[in-house]
Amino acid sequence: MDGLNPVIELEHIHFGYEAGARVLDDLTFSLHEGEKAGLIGYNGSGKTTLLHVIMGLLSPSKGTIRVLGRRIETRKDFREVRRTIGLVFQHADDQLFSPTVLEDVAFGPLNLGKTPKEARRVAMETLERLHLRGFENRITHKLSGGEKKLVSLATVLVMQPKALLLDEPTTGLDEEARVRIASLLAHLDISSIIVSHEYDFLAETAQKIYSIKGGRIEFDGDAGALHAHLHRHPAESHPHRYI
Amino acid sequence: MIQEPFVCGDSQIHRLDPRFRIVVVAAYAFVVALSDRFSVLFLGLAFSFVLIGISRLPLFEVAKRVLLVNGFVLFLWFVVPVTFPGTPLFHLGPLTATGEGLLVSARITIKSNAILLTFIAMIATSRVATLGAALSRMRVPEKIVLLLLMSYRYIFVMETEYHRLARSATVRGFRPSTSIHTYRTYAYLIGMLFVRAQARAERVYMAMLCRGFSGKFHSLQEFSFSRKDGFWAGCTTIALLGLGVLEWMD
Repeated sequence: MDGLNPVIELEHIHFGYEAGARVLDDLTFSLHEGEKAGLIGYNGSGKTTLLHVIMGLLSPSKGTIRVLGRRIETRKDFREVRRTIGLVFQHADDQLFSPTVLEDVAFGPLNLGKTPKEARRVAMETLERLHLRGFENRITHKLSGGEKKLVSLATVLVMQPKALLLDEPTTGLDEEARVRIASLLAHLDISSIIVSHEYDFLAETAQKIYSIKGGRIEFDGDAGALHAHLHRHPAESHPHRYI
Repeated sequence: MIQEPFVCGDSQIHRLDPRFRIVVVAAYAFVVALSDRFSVLFLGLAFSFVLIGISRLPLFEVAKRVLLVNGFVLFLWFVVPVTFPGTPLFHLGPLTATGEGLLVSARITIKSNAILLTFIAMIATSRVATLGAALSRMRVPEKIVLLLLMSYRYIFVMETEYHRLARSATVRGFRPSTSIHTYRTYAYLIGMLFVRAQARAERVYMAMLCRGFSGKFHSLQEFSFSRKDGFWAGCTTIALLGLGVLEWMD
């Protein structure tokens, strides 16, 4: 597309859950270095499925997946992929399972073989980067929705992924938390796929907008240019948010 | 919401190595549970009172918990004296209470209170997270530790989920009564809770896989056995040995 190296390449991916229509039907898509792609789609359009296929949590019936140019086939390959790509789950309660914030953020680095001291250091650095200093000893299940989301992001960023996948990052957040997440994502210097059904949120955080329909991905256009015409407002009275 | 009210203190006991505390409580529980002499049991109870004193926990909160357990113990007092074989002491209608039965009930009461108090002083003063880390450092099987930590983490989520379901039943006019409809509704609620727990467990596992989980659980916490811990270890060992000697010597 723009001559940069692709980070994730999907070619002719087919996927369907047992007994049911195909969720992904001959889907082709690639994410390039430094690109932030917003993916919009209705409920049940396969957005989450797509992210899980990339991470190897679900295996497609047909098609090839390449990460950083390398073809991903075996379970071992996918284990490698999970060091390269970070997935932030839709519900923070699924992602945060350790009792304290610090332990949760350090979970990934410890799995990557870092010593407890090293893991603690990188975890603290990441928390600081997300302005979450002072959160390290908080109990994860007692955090607010917005705080949980930020900590989930930290648990993934701490592994220094080459690409970030975000599944509906605004689910259940209030306006203030939404704005905070949006500005954070807009300033993160990392290739990402942001899945949402909120057009405005994608317009603030992504450069290119794609939509997923009938199991395929279509390119809708650049976030800036697209703004005026390609979508309808769900409720006419809602104005846009500009940054 | 479930709380850990005893954790936030700063007594001598709070600062002890959690591994040491677990070992002491386990040893203490064995000694007291296996003892029969009242002298030993009363000394054991005194030991637990001393620990509660040192831990400086709010006594009212402690009493509330002790009372809860003694509710169960009360049932024993109704059942054991009239079912335990021995010399009859008095008759209550068709039932005969035995002296031995009363003594057994008294022993169980002292033992359960003593062990409970020690447990509150030594274990409830430590966060579940810390306990998990300590157990794992003590080579307790990984799966058991994970089970403890995960149950602790998700019991809150289950609680919220249950309330959400119960609320949705309430707003549609559900009022529990003694009827098939009520039992069926509760069965559905619990069933739904299981289904959701299963689905959540799958998602949590996926999230763990995405962060490089491979079956081994690493911990950040490091423990150190200080001189103070050594001092405590000495004192408690002498106390427990003393109890043992009193029990098993003639």
